[in-house]
Amino acid sequence: MKQLVILSGKGGTGKTSVTAAFAHLAAQNGLAGKVILADADVDAANLELVLQPRLLEQQDFKGGKVAVIDQDTCASCGDCQAVCRFDAINYVDGLYMIDPIACDGCAACVYQCPSESISMREQIAGKFYFSESRYGPLYHANLFPGQENSGKLVTLVKQRARLQALDENRELVIVDGPPGIGCPVISAVSGADLALIVAEPTVAGVHDMRRALQTVQHFGMRAMVCINKADIYPAGAEEIESFCRASGIETVGRIPFDVTVTAAMVAGEAVTAFQPDAPSSVAIAAVWERVLQSLLLKE
Amino acid sequence: MRIVVASGKGGTGKTTVATSLALAAAEREAVRVLDCDVEAPNAALFLHPDLNQRKEVGILLPVMDEALCTHCGKCAEVCEFHAIAVIGKKTLVFPELCHGCGSCTLVCPEKAITERLDVMGVLESGMTASGVNFARGLMNVGEPMAVPIIRELKKWNPASLRAAVGRVAECIETKRRSNPLIDEETASGESAPRNGIEIRDAPPGASCPVVETMRGADFLLLVTEPTPFGLHDLKQVASIARELGILVGVVINRDGIGDDAVEKYCAENGLPILMKIPMERRFAEAIASGKTLVDAAPEYRPAFRALLEDITVRFAA
Repeated sequence: MKQLVILSGKGGTGKTSVTAAFAHLAAQNGLAGKVILADADVDAANLELVLQPRLLEQQDFKGGKVAVIDQDTCASCGDCQAVCRFDAINYVDGLYMIDPIACDGCAACVYQCPSESISMREQIAGKFYFSESRYGPLYHANLFPGQENSGKLVTLVKQRARLQALDENRELVIVDGPPGIGCPVISAVSGADLALIVAEPTVAGVHDMRRALQTVQHFGMRAMVCINKADIYPAGAEEIESFCRASGIETVGRIPFDVTVTAAMVAGEAVTAFQPDAPSSVAIAAVWERVLQSLLLKE
Repeated sequence: MRIVVASGKGGTGKTTVATSLALAAAEREAVRVLDCDVEAPNAALFLHPDLNQRKEVGILLPVMDEALCTHCGKCAEVCEFHAIAVIGKKTLVFPELCHGCGSCTLVCPEKAITERLDVMGVLESGMTASGVNFARGLMNVGEPMAVPIIRELKKWNPASLRAAVGRVAECIETKRRSNPLIDEETASGESAPRNGIEIRDAPPGASCPVVETMRGADFLLLVTEPTPFGLHDLKQVASIARELGILVGVVINRDGIGDDAVEKYCAENGLPILMKIPMERRFAEAIASGKTLVDAAPEYRPAFRALLEDITVRFAA
């Protein structure tokens, strides 16, 4: 079983559109019934908008805990505020109040409160979902807005996807990754065999692609790059290609800017299914072939 | 006044709007820009500040003094993140799990714990040619936590920049006196110029780094695109704003692509649409090459000035 993770660094480069197209393409060829999908972008989970899954299972995701002050016993001494490094305790109208959004859940205040008025309360931070999508089983989640521990939820999504893949002898898990390079990205990358970075040929896109590549390499993983909206700024595309050549990273294709991608998104379909002969569809199909070859035939 | 530019979905044009708003505002105001997208900070690529101030930031990790430690395990017991373990005659710290809360240091009965800075990234700051006071955080590759860096960035205010801002503020003081819309009393704390505009460029998503960027802000400018992805993620961030009680305005970027679901949602939920930027290939090309929108399309300067005025009026109301 192999794991492919789609990343970008910069947001909005087309990770989810590429992932959805891969899911569709995989279901069309020899990999039909052999693929599991996972959406690791748990605070902006968009893959479901294209795959239109039928929900089979859901469970609460317990994130971190938050501190709660019992106002009946609180002596208003302010010790809790003094020890809080997350600026989560406010003094409002004679009462010390904990801002649950700012609270990191460290419980330092619990142990410092002389009147033992503070306790920790578990929070439901999101939902975990398992669905059947038009292109195979989909593991996804929704981190409630403003919550922490997105990395933990990503890990849960990936673990469940991986277990089913192993159980059923599936060949490939495709993971739609989050933007950035922080904890959810690290969780999304962990255990993957290959990261495909969807880069954008813009000064910002090139900058963030480098950081994404550094992150992938930091964890010792193999990466490939494809360039989306490649014709928007050809100089940027060339910069990406020469940077990758110099760093020994394979570039696996240019996807042209194509309004069909947005039209497919609005229609709730993968672009390759929506209009297979659109320029973007043709290019994504070529990228998919190269990724697949590298992933399944190499080694 | 502190304005946060956020989006939920990535790549909708947060930095495009934040940088153009800053340049338009800098014509009349003291402006400070904070790039809070510390994982993928891009605003400097457009504003070109002279980044001559630098500070390493991170969290405070416990250091055990083995001579004083009695291995009582109290520190491990209070650690909510399982970052400390006592194994036989050794007290071990796992830095990658530590949140730097200091609880262990406080409870240690032997006072055997001191703290050291675990560097997770840097803050950089400097002025731009157009007089914008710029600062950004840059998270080190491989680090998981962006929030501590954003928290430090919001508090940071290097002395030389304070002086520079002071000079800019003086120059515009006369103009400001004639503008009763900005109430100087409303700005307090943190590093915002007391009488000026702070613009924070937020990271994508809707989890803790976005919340940390939004905390303490006066106005949230949501940049979205009229697509199902844009709408889905816009809703997530709008709900954080509701919870934090921050005023919200919406900018629709790439207007003309996709559908009208974003406009319907905004109308139904009382979110005012303050600006629309049409999808034009020349904008996309210029921004790709590193130009700001107001430089690529100067006709947008008045539009961004009007946007700022609109925000100021809504904030003062």
